[in-house]
Amino acid sequence: MLEVANLKSAYGRIEVLKGVSIDVKAGEIVALVGSNGAGKTTLLRTLSGVQPATGGEIRFNGQRIDRLPPHQRVQLGITQSPEGRQVFGPLTVEDNLRLGAYRRRDKAIDEDRDRVFTMFPVLAEKRSLLAGGLSGGQQQMLAIGRALMGKPKLLLLDEPSLGLSPLLVDQILDAIVSLKKDGITVLLVEQNASAALAIADRGYVLETGKVAYSGAGSALLADPQVKAAYLGID
Amino acid sequence: MAEFLQFLFSGLTVGAVYALVALGFTLIYNASGVVNFAQGEFVMLGGMVTVFAAAAGIPLLLAALIAIAAAVAIGLLLHRLAIEPARGASAVTLIIITIGASILLRGLAAIVFDKQFHKLPAFTGDTPIDIMGAAVQPQSFWVLGGTAVVVLALYVFLEHTITGKAVLATAANRLAARLVGINTTTIMALAFGGSAAIGAIAGILVTPITLTSYDVGTLLALKGFAAAMLGGMGNPVGAVVGGLLLGLLEAFGAGYLSSTYKDAFAFLVILIVLFAAPQGLFGRRVVERV
Repeated sequence: MLEVANLKSAYGRIEVLKGVSIDVKAGEIVALVGSNGAGKTTLLRTLSGVQPATGGEIRFNGQRIDRLPPHQRVQLGITQSPEGRQVFGPLTVEDNLRLGAYRRRDKAIDEDRDRVFTMFPVLAEKRSLLAGGLSGGQQQMLAIGRALMGKPKLLLLDEPSLGLSPLLVDQILDAIVSLKKDGITVLLVEQNASAALAIADRGYVLETGKVAYSGAGSALLADPQVKAAYLGID
Repeated sequence: MAEFLQFLFSGLTVGAVYALVALGFTLIYNASGVVNFAQGEFVMLGGMVTVFAAAAGIPLLLAALIAIAAAVAIGLLLHRLAIEPARGASAVTLIIITIGASILLRGLAAIVFDKQFHKLPAFTGDTPIDIMGAAVQPQSFWVLGGTAVVVLALYVFLEHTITGKAVLATAANRLAARLVGINTTTIMALAFGGSAAIGAIAGILVTPITLTSYDVGTLLALKGFAAAMLGGMGNPVGAVVGGLLLGLLEAFGAGYLSSTYKDAFAFLVILIVLFAAPQGLFGRRVVERV
């Protein structure tokens, strides 16, 4: 579904992605782990088109998309819940969700909103409140819900568990696993590497802008080198 | 009492114009973070194009529509040719670009039109209406009513259409707006076009009262900017309240203190706002969360 070949990207003269190659097959959950500054967020931003690629290729269902503007990639079915939630603070929860479906012209938008409310009931309670007033965990749910409203084929999740209580982390991870059952492919970036790899079919370990290890989630979890370097357990 | 009402009405009328200019600032500032100092030139274009089209024998209403269309076209060109190519430049750079555009438009207007003062006939006659002893120009009601219609239309657009919400979303969080598929370049073009239309409408409404010429935009832009600052930059309600307050301040100041310092009040307001409450009356205090 997604094929990334030798992708490069830079902030000014500092190259952050130094030729990343990954692929994601339809129906998979793929985890992207690695330490701070490894380029995980930059990779997701480059996939969404809000950060320009300076080299390499991105193919989505066979089509080159690395030169497309962000809104056309959303139209093709790639949506993202960004790092730091980035909800529209001065707008209501409901408006945030509606804007997630900005590119859609079909009639099922309200239905999909109700599905998000079923998934995260607390959002339904707060539907007419301003998103800026929600707690961190609620904002995270809103950001994921907003990305789901775009009816993605491929959902990019950037640090969905950052700053959340363990209970909420479990709730978010359960939600991600349930997305897989709905046929949504997920590319998940996490600092909480062991949790991410535990629910992922496959994983990539990113190290200073390059893929250092890759393999099945369980295999990476068991790999002594990955364990020592990234999971903080021996 | 009659004197008070006289000042009140003239203050509200001129304040309504400041409010429209401030709304123009607000719309562009929200969509792009740019303070567009060519905003006053849209007001000038509204008045001048209407005057010259009407002088060429075109009926007033049609002339006004042509003027709005011309201002919108120039607003879109300003965005396409001057702002969009400089995307990613700092806010100061973009502001300087708009100052340059304002000088260019003023120069072009002096060449294409002329350097004389021009008047439009009042829409519904010049016979003042007596309101408890105050003589109010019928055109004042056109200005107030026109402003109310523009404000209402803008409110409905921003709060009740998905495109309007996309403008608010772009203002709130540009990155997230792009990630949900909002084409922020289109939104910015829309803001420039909309601002130009609002400015032109202000110019058309007020020209029968204040006259117009190629260089009326400069002072109006500064007054509108003061109004936007007073209300809180980026807040549409603040822009309207700030505009009306500034107009009243000028009218009462000129009436009861001295008309010599009429224009000084606006700048006094900017200074006081900057010193005492930089976020304005309705502005959000800027809190940087890390």
